[in-house]
Amino acid sequence: MSPETAFRHFHDQLQTLKDRLLDMSARAEELIDLAVDSLLTRDKAKADAVIGGDRELDMLELECENLAVSLLALQQPMGRDLRFLISAIKITSDLERVGDHAVNIAQSALRLIALHVEITPTPEIEDMARRARGMLADALDAFVRADGAVGREVCKADDAVDALHDSVFRILLTHMMADARTINPSLELLLVSRNLERVADLATNIGEDAVFLAEGKQIKHHFEEQQRDRSAIPQPTG
Amino acid sequence: MTVSPLGTGRAPAEAGRGDPATETASVPVSPLPGSQRSGTIAAKDFSFWYGAKQALYDVTMTIPARAVTALIGPSGCGKSTFLRSINRLNGLIPGVRHTGTIELDGENVYGAAMNPVSLRQRAGMVFQRWNPFPKSIYENVAYGPRINGNSTRAQLDEIVEQSLRRAALWNEVKDRLRQSALGLSGGQQQRLCIARALANEPEVLLLDEPASALDPIATQKIEELLYELRSELTIVIVTHNMQQAARVSDHTAFFYLGRLVEMNETGQLFTAPREERTEAYITGRFG
Repeated sequence: MSPETAFRHFHDQLQTLKDRLLDMSARAEELIDLAVDSLLTRDKAKADAVIGGDRELDMLELECENLAVSLLALQQPMGRDLRFLISAIKITSDLERVGDHAVNIAQSALRLIALHVEITPTPEIEDMARRARGMLADALDAFVRADGAVGREVCKADDAVDALHDSVFRILLTHMMADARTINPSLELLLVSRNLERVADLATNIGEDAVFLAEGKQIKHHFEEQQRDRSAIPQPTG
Repeated sequence: MTVSPLGTGRAPAEAGRGDPATETASVPVSPLPGSQRSGTIAAKDFSFWYGAKQALYDVTMTIPARAVTALIGPSGCGKSTFLRSINRLNGLIPGVRHTGTIELDGENVYGAAMNPVSLRQRAGMVFQRWNPFPKSIYENVAYGPRINGNSTRAQLDEIVEQSLRRAALWNEVKDRLRQSALGLSGGQQQRLCIARALANEPEVLLLDEPASALDPIATQKIEELLYELRSELTIVIVTHNMQQAARVSDHTAFFYLGRLVEMNETGQLFTAPREERTEAYITGRFG
């Protein structure tokens, strides 16, 4: 194989990996949608579909990971290609975890259906689901287009989801204090809220990976700001 | 004119050998006091021409002492020219000229006070194609110290053993020191050339594609050797093999079209370089 052909082959495979990651992301977003929908509409069939659909995401994770590992081993990439593959491996793991959170939400939905208790999920949960799903889509978009600015926007958006999670907690706490019979369903809804908050965290991770891919900078754990702060501290002289 | 002692026409200026046209091989070497000899190389606005063709443009860089610095870049980018400028090997080619300076431990290597033979003892060179003298293994290593004229037989024995040990070759050749060096394998001959350079106790070891003609095992031995030597010497290696540069070096300098594009810590340069052109080169998008 000539170097040019090998180079094309490598970049074709990178594109395949990008396509698979987009497939994974689309599937993960669908599962979150379906899980929240099953909760809101008390639809057992949809909840069952989420639990069954997670398997597909697991298989996609394995496929992406194997492809990324083989490209690392066979092509020994550097620079942007290296950053892409390292990040891709982390992102497949994050997307697989999103699927697990969707399953957790579906299981909460099933338990709520079985409880036969009338409790209306707060609108905040619906809002959280919409935002988390949007963050996931934006983060993947930022990653495949290597757009650091969009990646940073995703990271910022996480604060709003965290705030909504706090609101849900306070609202449900109020319900539980007012009527002990709501404790069980409220705890389920709290779990749902917690799972959605985690999905937004995972989307944030992917946003950070997009920044790493685009700019070669680590922004996780506010590392960048700490570095800046440290360099701003006046050093003793003499 | 002094005729090359071996008259082989190979190895135009191996470590410890000078330009036969202008230098006398027996010029005594007067090294700086140890405290001043760390092996730091500093180029400032260094440009170089082969006749009308300019090969280097205003290269300014500091190569830190006692570390491995890799020079990478596509063919014709000037990395070998720069390497050979450090110990003035390029000066042996007719029609060349330069501007700017290269300093070794603060001394201008192109200064009037710098003796080229002494310089090449301080900055030894190893080439892509191993080039042992057609002599015994022992004589190859003893050659430099002997022409420096200050070694007794016992001293030479010790220098040969130490140099071969430092080049990780002693155990393989200790029982056949009097046999021809040309009977060794390619990888062993290359390590012998490194031992020959080390026998002159250089501050700097310059390597021009030292492993590109070797099999993977022999290459690994050379790389391990560089790893061992990095604490004692300043090592500058030109390589086309980016994986090798990434494996062996502490710092990497990327040259393109005769200019230094970026010099960076190796881990940084191969994961997140500062310059777009470096990124394009290391990911195979040009070059």
